[in-house]
Amino acid sequence: MSNPALELVQVRKVFSKKEGSNKRFSRSKREVVALDGVSLSVGRREIFGVLGPNGSGKSTLIRLVSTLLLPDSGMIRVFGHDVVREEATVKRMINRVSVDAAFFKKFSPLENLSYAARLYGLPMREARAWMREILLRLGLPEEAFTQPMEQLSRGMQQKVAVARGFLTSPTLLLLDEPTTGLDPHSKRDVQAFVREIRAEHDATILLTTHDMEEADRLCDRIAIIDKGKIIALDTPVGLKGMVERRNGRSPTLESVFLELTGHPLDEKEVVE
Amino acid sequence: MNGFIRELRGAYAFVERNINLIRRYWGWEIVWLIYSLVNSLAVTYIGAGMERISGESLDTQYIITYLLVGTLIWSYLSVIFYSISEMIAWERWEGTIEYTFMAPVSRLTHLVGTTLFAIGYGIIRTLVILLIVAAFFHLDLSGANIGGALLLLLAGSVSFVGLGILAAVLPLLYPERGAQMTNAAAAILLLISGVYYPVATLPDWLQAIASVSPATYVIEGMRGCLLRGVPTGSLLPTVFTLIGAGIGVTAIGLVIFRKVERYAKRTGRLKRSG
Repeated sequence: MSNPALELVQVRKVFSKKEGSNKRFSRSKREVVALDGVSLSVGRREIFGVLGPNGSGKSTLIRLVSTLLLPDSGMIRVFGHDVVREEATVKRMINRVSVDAAFFKKFSPLENLSYAARLYGLPMREARAWMREILLRLGLPEEAFTQPMEQLSRGMQQKVAVARGFLTSPTLLLLDEPTTGLDPHSKRDVQAFVREIRAEHDATILLTTHDMEEADRLCDRIAIIDKGKIIALDTPVGLKGMVERRNGRSPTLESVFLELTGHPLDEKEVVE
Repeated sequence: MNGFIRELRGAYAFVERNINLIRRYWGWEIVWLIYSLVNSLAVTYIGAGMERISGESLDTQYIITYLLVGTLIWSYLSVIFYSISEMIAWERWEGTIEYTFMAPVSRLTHLVGTTLFAIGYGIIRTLVILLIVAAFFHLDLSGANIGGALLLLLAGSVSFVGLGILAAVLPLLYPERGAQMTNAAAAILLLISGVYYPVATLPDWLQAIASVSPATYVIEGMRGCLLRGVPTGSLLPTVFTLIGAGIGVTAIGLVIFRKVERYAKRTGRLKRSG
């Protein structure tokens, strides 16, 4: 792939965790391999899914691309810029929506978005108009715009989180389980918005999820990650084809995952 | 030029955010103001009661002003210190630290925004306390060098910005206990800097530590201005020393902060909220 939007080459990340009943005073540590030699390449304007269970390394991957973690080895490039050496340049190109809608809880959606807009150096007149437009398109009622975040439902908070991610018009948007915990209606609103934005803007999207249906519906290609390793990477049709060829049954992404990893997607694993 | 404007907007983000935090947590703000006010009054009343405590005739007015100057300057400097040292702790409490650290805003811009807010907020808050406390005591500042005192206060603020950055490293290193550690750092500064008593009262080893605290020089110089009317000209060496030390401590603070930020990114410490 020439000039990819995102490129990971042999990326490895290991965390040390304290062990024992009293972790504060414990000297014994164990190593948790979050990512183990991950390589992948995402093309411009592609929606690329990373599918895996809890603890498989999805969020670590997103945090590494977001410059919030440093890789132990390997290389990550965003539009050709190294995330470690050219951190400031990369930061201007990306934004992230995570599963936990982290906000100033007493601030309103507009106050939180204004803070984000100023941090990214956006002209406020345009930003104010744009933040209202995004919130309305995501289906957030206008009366919620000025209410404290802590008074909004989980679905509304997540929509504001999605709005914050799109507000800065990132060329690479990192969506870390953006619809987890949302009701089906809110989930559809967010998924529709993701597709609209991709159609309207020159945005590349890296989406992590453990929602098979979401991955199937949104992604051009999907990488299946398990225990920090990518075990398969193809289009949704291609992945299903792998299993179909093996056992002849009509496959779903869930059966693909089970076939490739030997365990179901919702099985709890190592905590990241 | 575009980059400069972007950084200015970034700096203002922290000013606006902190103003919004005050608006949204106004109840805490009132509680904190009452605490500081009562603390200032309590300390100053010690001066008013010194004749009764000692049973001797003393210059009570001088002692009252001496203590009041200490308590007000400490109130101002501690606001600067806490505002900057809490720039990380707030993000930890609210869970927004990853978003702020992911934003394309330099740590220097982060600091400039936080400092601008801290100085403005510190001045307003200290003036409110001064106005209320002044109603309780007769203050005679007719011979005071107010301009020189303000000059010293601003110069001292630069040093406290640097100390604040050094303290801000703690919540980055220790997600659960870092914020409490900054309280211990502030308490040590309070003990050694001659806020309520002359530094000479301390044992020799504490006096040695006091000699490296910028607050020692700010408070001593301010007392000279307000109690004895020391002229501005003779303050200049102290002013330049404070500014120089402040720039040095700030630069060291930024370098350490940068290293600790990288350590936090290497070990995954940005993720946890304290």
